[in-house]
Amino acid sequence: MIMFEFTLTSMTTKSPTIHNYTSHKKMVRSGFYFEAWLSDIRMYGSFRVLLQVLSAQLLCVWVLGSELTFELPDNAKQCFYEDIIIGTKCTLEFQVVTGGHYDVDCRLEDPEGTTLYKEMKKQYDSFTFTAAKNGTYKFCFSNEFSTFTHKTVYFDFQVGDDPPLFPNENRVTALTQMESACVSIHEALKSVIDYQTHFRLREAQGRSRAEDLNTRVAFWSIGEAIILLVVSISQVVLLRSFFSDRKTTTTRVGS
Amino acid sequence: MKHMRSCVLSLLLLNVFYNVVSSLYFHIGETEKKCFIEEIPDETMIIGNYRTQLYDKQREEYLPATQGLGMFVEVKDPDDKVILSRQYGSEGRFTFTSHTPGEHQICLHSNSSKFSLFAGGMLRVHLDIQVGEHANNYAEIAAKDKLTELQLRVRQLVEQVDQIQKEQNYQRYREERFRQTSESTNQRVLWWSIVQTLILVAIGIWQMRHLKSFFEAKKLV
Repeated sequence: MIMFEFTLTSMTTKSPTIHNYTSHKKMVRSGFYFEAWLSDIRMYGSFRVLLQVLSAQLLCVWVLGSELTFELPDNAKQCFYEDIIIGTKCTLEFQVVTGGHYDVDCRLEDPEGTTLYKEMKKQYDSFTFTAAKNGTYKFCFSNEFSTFTHKTVYFDFQVGDDPPLFPNENRVTALTQMESACVSIHEALKSVIDYQTHFRLREAQGRSRAEDLNTRVAFWSIGEAIILLVVSISQVVLLRSFFSDRKTTTTRVGS
Repeated sequence: MKHMRSCVLSLLLLNVFYNVVSSLYFHIGETEKKCFIEEIPDETMIIGNYRTQLYDKQREEYLPATQGLGMFVEVKDPDDKVILSRQYGSEGRFTFTSHTPGEHQICLHSNSSKFSLFAGGMLRVHLDIQVGEHANNYAEIAAKDKLTELQLRVRQLVEQVDQIQKEQNYQRYREERFRQTSESTNQRVLWWSIVQTLILVAIGIWQMRHLKSFFEAKKLV
């Protein structure tokens, strides 16, 4: 998303900072060799800029990370697909937030249908893999073993690394100390946010169990009080009926 | 050269356009409603981008864009109040800011006004939801405020810390609710066991007295 914005601004606005970056022959990550070839060919300035930007687009790894929480009804299966380029390191993480025994089946398949990861009735798990093939990867969550409980599932599918901030796109020189400090703080904060998410999910799970327990206790106590009263009154009535004045039956039993 | 340039430009734009929401996708049926839950603190912005593709049975592939196919987006806040309810085209972007902390529900379903389009097929929906700090467009911020790289990084860090702080506040509010629920359960269990014991004892006494008077009346005792 951020990379898309960058290229649009470089096309539309003529702000000096951005124009400087592209007009200087800075190398874009993984567009390095194509850039070198380009610089050999004698072309007009703006056309070269266009080609550089296009090459950056086509050759750079498109970075995507999706995090969603959805409800999975009973006996249902929900699949998600993503197009991944070969060599990208991806991570799939999922956790069941509410519902039943808090477990779900998960399966991850590569473009040719080979199962890369398959687990049944798991509460939470994390799976990292490197894409060995180009194509559409598919992962599915299944609640088919459950008869009547809806489950809420959270998953986080990270593809590649996070995109750098846009001014960093054409970086060749090393980062200054300030900048590398900022980068390390950013990474640390990212892991803090990650832990917070996991904690929030655990807390949601705990709270849902506690609320379940609360309603169960309420219903059970009222129900049991009613049952107690009904049973005790019916006991007395039944006993009375055994000794009631039906002279014919009692005399028969007696003799 | 000019022809080549326009060619490259169009290719670039096409590539850019195609890649705008080529993220995670899933299939949705005609009248199916897909809901996603986002548990967020208050004053958090959420930007959702989606793109739909319809399956063309003749060509047996998904068309890039279909006219007349829209998606209905409905967002509900934790109190089940609708805060966004709009219809967008086959490709759209919706934004909302939460005013109460809690579970917000984002529901999508297609407006099946043109039944012939579907004909029992599936609709492919590309979806991308950005929450809080990820919803910021740093390129735009840098251009607007004319920030250097270092300033932009620091701005990003500030936004991240802001998000962490909001989440912590929300955590405190949630823990309070959890504690209230647990204490309520505790009270209920305590009261119920006392009441149950009293009921048992009272019923036992009543039963014995009643039966005794009954048998005395029957002259069996």
